[in-house]
Amino acid sequence: MNSDLRSPLNRARGLGSAKDGLHHWWAQRLTALALIPLVIWFAISLVTMSGADYGMVRVWIGSPVVMVLLILTIVIGLHHGQLGLQVVIEDYVHKDGIKLALIVAVRFTAVFFGLAAVVAIMRIGFGG
Amino acid sequence: MSVANRPVHRPLSPHLQVYRPQLTSILSILHRATGIALSVGVLYLAVWVVFASASVETYAKFQGFNGSIVGRLVLGGWLFCMFYHLFNGIRHLFWDAGYGFELKDAYRSGWIVVVASLVVTAISWIVGLRLI
Repeated sequence: MNSDLRSPLNRARGLGSAKDGLHHWWAQRLTALALIPLVIWFAISLVTMSGADYGMVRVWIGSPVVMVLLILTIVIGLHHGQLGLQVVIEDYVHKDGIKLALIVAVRFTAVFFGLAAVVAIMRIGFGG
Repeated sequence: MSVANRPVHRPLSPHLQVYRPQLTSILSILHRATGIALSVGVLYLAVWVVFASASVETYAKFQGFNGSIVGRLVLGGWLFCMFYHLFNGIRHLFWDAGYGFELKDAYRSGWIVVVASLVVTAISWIVGLRLI
């Protein structure tokens, strides 16, 4: 009985992990930690802003502190979401091509929406 | 049979369907589900600021959806996802740091997460609806 649990092919190839897992794991935890105060701030803002009109929303978004916190919330939120969705895709999608395409699509979407949000927030803040 | 063709007898973990649903497994699945919902939610948040940077008329269309029954249910549901994922995420971070692994502790922290997210969501809904 073979005590080594790797398949003969795997042993022959000699390939281990891609040594990239720790970075993903650590980034997911760091973004999670950063999001704790940001999400609490955002949830309180969202609830207290219920019923606010266009003008009030723009004044709120355009104030310097809110601009910084809102950009942090959206960008770190997108990063954290992208990392999480990647794990979900890796767990459930087993066809290499589709898996890669989905992971790339999630990343591109996150970067696109993130940049669009940052530009929009700055436009409001700087009166563009 | 050559060595290369011999099947490797790896240990198999039991399949998901032989387990009775437990609080811990349900909360784990819910963490993933709310995470997926929040990923869509943060895109919606980005769309919101883009609309706010546009004209009053454009923003009014967007707010029209948010104010509808469907829109309020989506936003209210999203608020629950946010609080649940936040509280259960803190629970996960404690596990990552090596705390709370005893079965009794895992159940206790699980129930705390359930109660806290329901209570905080309810408070948010009440306060939010009063302000509209």
